[in-house]
Amino acid sequence: MSVITAENVTFTYGKGTSFERTALSGVSFSVEEGEFLGVIGHTGSGKSTLVQMFNGLLRPTSGRILLNGKDIWEQPKKIREVRFKVGMVFQYPEHQLFEETVYKDISFGPKNKGMSEEETDKKVREAAGFVGLSEELLKKSPFELSGGEKRRAAIAGVIAMDPDVLILDEPTAGLDPLGRDALLSEIVTYHKVRKNTVLLVSHSMEDIARISDRILVMNNGRKAMLDTSENIFSQGAELEKMGLRVPQITKVMMLLKQRGISVNTGVLTVEQAFQEILSCLGCCGETKKW
Amino acid sequence: MVRDITLGQYMPGKSIVHRMDARSKILMLLAMIGFIFAADNYMALLLITLSSLLVVLLTRISFMMYLKSMKVILFLVLFTGILNIFYGSGQVYWEWQFIKITEGGVNNAVFVTIRIAAMVLVSSVLTFTTSPNDLTDGIEKLLSPLKLFHVKVHEIAMMMTIALRFIPVLLEEADKIMNAQKARGADMESGGALKRVRAMVPVLIPLFVSAFRRANDLAMAMECRCYNGGKGRTRMKIMKFGGVDLAALIYLIVVFAGVILCNIVFPATVR
Repeated sequence: MSVITAENVTFTYGKGTSFERTALSGVSFSVEEGEFLGVIGHTGSGKSTLVQMFNGLLRPTSGRILLNGKDIWEQPKKIREVRFKVGMVFQYPEHQLFEETVYKDISFGPKNKGMSEEETDKKVREAAGFVGLSEELLKKSPFELSGGEKRRAAIAGVIAMDPDVLILDEPTAGLDPLGRDALLSEIVTYHKVRKNTVLLVSHSMEDIARISDRILVMNNGRKAMLDTSENIFSQGAELEKMGLRVPQITKVMMLLKQRGISVNTGVLTVEQAFQEILSCLGCCGETKKW
Repeated sequence: MVRDITLGQYMPGKSIVHRMDARSKILMLLAMIGFIFAADNYMALLLITLSSLLVVLLTRISFMMYLKSMKVILFLVLFTGILNIFYGSGQVYWEWQFIKITEGGVNNAVFVTIRIAAMVLVSSVLTFTTSPNDLTDGIEKLLSPLKLFHVKVHEIAMMMTIALRFIPVLLEEADKIMNAQKARGADMESGGALKRVRAMVPVLIPLFVSAFRRANDLAMAMECRCYNGGKGRTRMKIMKFGGVDLAALIYLIVVFAGVILCNIVFPATVR
């Protein structure tokens, strides 16, 4: 069953002023329950605008957003309930920390949701566990933490609300490669344990390719592609036209194919590429002498 | 929301008003406001209003933007206008107990309303067509005689430049933080006054933190470039009184002469 459905969604910023700009036009697709969807696109392709529609921070100029089959704007006064069901982690989420201690900051969301003290405590500790924040850090002021820890605390603040859908907008921006890999694997673990739906927005192909079930490619405010990672990356030429880089290893395979070697270009990891090249060598090794 | 406020916002363009020197624009604005208040009869008021509107047209900025900047002070204008109707003397048009509407009151109301509106209009012309940097440069130049009295003109101008430069940045930041807290279920739209003020805490604390962070970064960047105040600094853009400014000056002299003439020829409607 699909959790979120976008029906012909269009959004225009600053309607009626000289700054009018269409960020999304006629986007339709649906997100299946429990899937890990990667959203990718060039800067200004409308991906951030799109995900802000899903928890009702922006209202579509036309079209509908359905959550579990119900239009989220049916009762505009109840939009807050949607925000508890669809958790949203913004870019640079560490800029939203404000409480005296990390613990209090993480419990801001659950308390707004109306959870009891015990339930809040349970959720805060659970969320801190997912992002790898230790017990001592919870007692510290969020402003004493390092950059990576702040980012984790902010993400925990959204996870603690126990949303059905978790949206992360460029969660790894500005982190070093090690921190990036660690954070991504924490998100993957969270997804596996909770079995809920995760949407990950990024412009880094490498990140998204490895961990997503399906990938939505946005271009100029329109849905360009929506398919499994393998199928998306086998269309490398199209992606490059949209200003997106395919993962390096996929690029290698594309170049091999150009030179007349019949490899499958839809590979995403070095390991897969290794197997692919081996099997290819196995088949042509006898006819051609390598 | 906060972004809809256009009062004091620069709109880049290439019109002749945009090309004028910031100093002459500031001085001419002040003179214009002076004459808006000097006009004391309907003919003079009509003349100065029409000539202000001509300047507005010359900026090539949509009139909608000007109307939006008026929206902010609409209440003030209407309030003073309506209040003025009940004051004044002369022929009585309408009377009820101690409230009466007189000829003088109506005249006062019309004058006050048009004067404030025209004043806002020409002030908008200045801020719409002059970038904040040019504006503060112009103010610095105009205030430079005060250096004789040990007023730190350059430092004041630099503070103004920085403050103006960071208004849009902070507004955007506030917007982002508000969205982030709303996404965590913060409720800022309902409840009484006290509850709403308390709901702003999760927005204001991160906003202050980021303002201090930015201030720190900026100070560091300025020190790295050996900034040490205005002494001996040269400018990238040298302000020049050019042909456009001369044309504007002539235009204003003609208009002002017209206003003075009207004031002499026609009897004063308001004192």
